[in-house]
Amino acid sequence: MSLTIHVQRESFDIADEIAALTAGRSDIGAVVTFTGLCRDEAGRLAALELEHYAGMAEAELRRVAEEARQRWSLQGLTIIHRFGMVAPGETIVLVATASVHRGAAFAAAEFLMDYLKTRAPFWKREHLADGRTGDWVEAAAHDDVAAARWRTI
Amino acid sequence: MQVKLVYFAWVRERVGRPDETAEVPAEVATVAELVRWLKSRGEEYAYAFENEGVVRAAIDHVHVQPDAALAGAREIAFFPPMTGG
Repeated sequence: MSLTIHVQRESFDIADEIAALTAGRSDIGAVVTFTGLCRDEAGRLAALELEHYAGMAEAELRRVAEEARQRWSLQGLTIIHRFGMVAPGETIVLVATASVHRGAAFAAAEFLMDYLKTRAPFWKREHLADGRTGDWVEAAAHDDVAAARWRTI
Repeated sequence: MQVKLVYFAWVRERVGRPDETAEVPAEVATVAELVRWLKSRGEEYAYAFENEGVVRAAIDHVHVQPDAALAGAREIAFFPPMTGG
């Protein structure tokens, strides 16, 4: 299985990432992508600032990817997570999964997002439209619930 | 035991520095004991760890629970619940 993990300041191109995931492959029947974007919360936000724990961020994304690889039969997997300032409309995160049939790719992509939201060491802080620096975003209880449903007994 | 401590997001802001090297007494054996020891060092730590159930920890880039042993740790991180994605 091909595995690509990037933690980067720069934006990314979804089409380029899908092309890289499938390049030279004839065994892939399904690619699922999830893209997380920065939203402006009805005009309230100028940007989100993403702080991250360099080193652990990459390591934790790799562990989450490894867990997905063990649970589903995947041909390839790409995770990109940005840090730094992200403006509304820009991308924050990409998860792309490739499999022979669609079921594994759909399930693995959802699992990866649920897990990385609660495990990958990134923290969002709001920058407000009026120029002030806002608060740190609080973790959402529904993200813990979403991650917990993948837990095996 | 000499160990590097790193802080992130509002834990970093409350402590007032992104990282430090600490000489931790030998009797401080777990993450929970380290938090209690830090809280005794000053009000910035007491503020950062005022709600001990909220702050998360990692040892050498791996998430750990409060009862995790410090033995052999090189870098211990404290941070709020994660909000990436």
